[in-house]
Amino acid sequence: MTKIVTINPVTRIEGHARITLHLGDDGKAEKAYFHVNEFRGFEKFCEGRLYTEMPTITPRICGICPTSHSMASAKACDAIQRIIPTDTGVLLRRLVQAAQMMSSHALSFFHLSSPDLLLGFDSDVASRNILGLAAKDPGLAVKGIRLRKLGQEVSERLTGKKIHVLGVVPGGMAFALKEDDRVALLEQLPEALETCKLALDILKRYIDANRKMVDSFAMFESPYLGTVGPDGELDFYDGVLRWVNPDGSILAEAAPSQYRDYIAERSMDFTYLKYPYFKKLGFDKGFYQVGTLGRVNAASKMSTPLAQAEFKAFRSLNSGNPVHGAFYHHYARLIEMLYCVEELRRLLENPGITGMDIQARGHRNDTEGVGHTEAPRGTLFHHYRTDDTGSLTRVNLLIATGQNNPAMNRAIFEVARQYVDGNKITEGALNRVEHAIRCYDPCLSCSTHAIGRMPIDLQLLSPDGQVLDQAVRGS
Amino acid sequence: MDQILLIGYGNPGRGDDGLGPALAERISALNLPGVRVDTEFQLNVEDAYALLGHSVAVFVDAAVEGAEPFFYREIGAGDEASFGSHSVSPAGLLGLAHQLLGAKTRGFVLGIRGYEFDVFGAPISTRAQANLDAAIAFLEPRLRAGDPGVLAPA
Repeated sequence: MTKIVTINPVTRIEGHARITLHLGDDGKAEKAYFHVNEFRGFEKFCEGRLYTEMPTITPRICGICPTSHSMASAKACDAIQRIIPTDTGVLLRRLVQAAQMMSSHALSFFHLSSPDLLLGFDSDVASRNILGLAAKDPGLAVKGIRLRKLGQEVSERLTGKKIHVLGVVPGGMAFALKEDDRVALLEQLPEALETCKLALDILKRYIDANRKMVDSFAMFESPYLGTVGPDGELDFYDGVLRWVNPDGSILAEAAPSQYRDYIAERSMDFTYLKYPYFKKLGFDKGFYQVGTLGRVNAASKMSTPLAQAEFKAFRSLNSGNPVHGAFYHHYARLIEMLYCVEELRRLLENPGITGMDIQARGHRNDTEGVGHTEAPRGTLFHHYRTDDTGSLTRVNLLIATGQNNPAMNRAIFEVARQYVDGNKITEGALNRVEHAIRCYDPCLSCSTHAIGRMPIDLQLLSPDGQVLDQAVRGS
Repeated sequence: MDQILLIGYGNPGRGDDGLGPALAERISALNLPGVRVDTEFQLNVEDAYALLGHSVAVFVDAAVEGAEPFFYREIGAGDEASFGSHSVSPAGLLGLAHQLLGAKTRGFVLGIRGYEFDVFGAPISTRAQANLDAAIAFLEPRLRAGDPGVLAPA
């Protein structure tokens, strides 16, 4: 007899989703599905609007990574206008992107995932959160908040907005950076650097102490996708798409505008998230991972010294090859966070960053454009088609969480198979399933968050739909 | 420093989810002395710093369930601190401000009942608009009084 365990929705991730675990007679997982129940409809909503509106509309998709959507959108507009952003415009775009990435990674590690690591998977769920962390180590919690605050401050000083950056526009940026703001930001970087080093130290000590668990946690191999610069270095803003095989050999490299030649999508009946896959490998073998682990495994190196040293140490875990296992998303995330702080310094020390030539002007020279960037959760594409008036006739947003969807399902399955026993479902086992999802830091639909939306409802169902067991957490 | 901080949060591009920012916008237009008004897409951990120096914080959000036209209650620091997602609950934020930053701020939640959340670009629904008006009629005189004590629910 097959039983179904439903976790609905997952705590400490964004959006509304549930997990069902289909258990066999032996109480072990036979199948696992991560369901996204909300159809966002954003692409349809955008049709009929002028393409130039998109950089200000699309940040409404997400309150966590609005900069990424605004960036991909502006780059799609660059392509439609066939213009090259000014040098200062590119520096400022890179600045806000590095800041957002650092801020998002800080939230993911310090406030969403570290409670599991520092307080224990099996600790009281009521205190296994940032407040519990604050009680145990208030200094660490404050450092995490201050790192997050710095990331937001970069955007605020540049644009006057804390969350919805409105400054990324076709051709560059709408706001210049003032000298006193540049200096004020630079002064905060030493503290940020120390916080990143501390986070890495905590995680590496955890891995050393729990190596067997970490290596087996949602362990599976896959191809990886990330954006790399001319020398194969990890790059958030621009470059070529690089897929690597599990052994690190290059599977493909392509210009972002050619993404449809390499990525196909298939709808599944259990989720509104599509299943993207690497076209040439086919649906069954073509799922790949993006995001932190995707980028760090796809890149040949990091372009800043401290991050490069950490990159080499990370890769040494697998003899210089890509490192596999969902838990290692955390490790890769912290390497990127360190890189962000170094990148912020490099950008803020560039004399061109306070230049006034911030935007190239253009007009529509094409009917179609693809914009791409690396969002905190992975590679993001905006693809627009317009009619003769510049109104959008088709919008395709290929989001990072969608690309990681197949990998998340696989991660859930691997963890469930290892930790979930249908006859005795422990809180710790459930949290490990949830943690497998949190490794990917998914952001499903954070556009609506109103009060009363985040309960957790766990159900154990028989094949005929009878509820065998149920647990409700939250309200 | 203003005594009262009012934060209206939500997504204005998502129908009734924009009730919080809509209230904040209308209160801001009144330029009430001693009241600082802010809007957010959603609350985040770093907003704990924004509470420093304010004796009272009023968090205004849309509510998917509960009393009509709105509910209003004082919250304790750390109550309902579920941290269910990337965003933070008002009580969780208050808890962080108290526990980590030494803030003494009292917190209140005004939850305005909404009905339509699923369509991008939709305006606030007619029913929710009426609830918004009622919430403003309730809150404005209390903010004008300037005494945080009168903000306590009856």
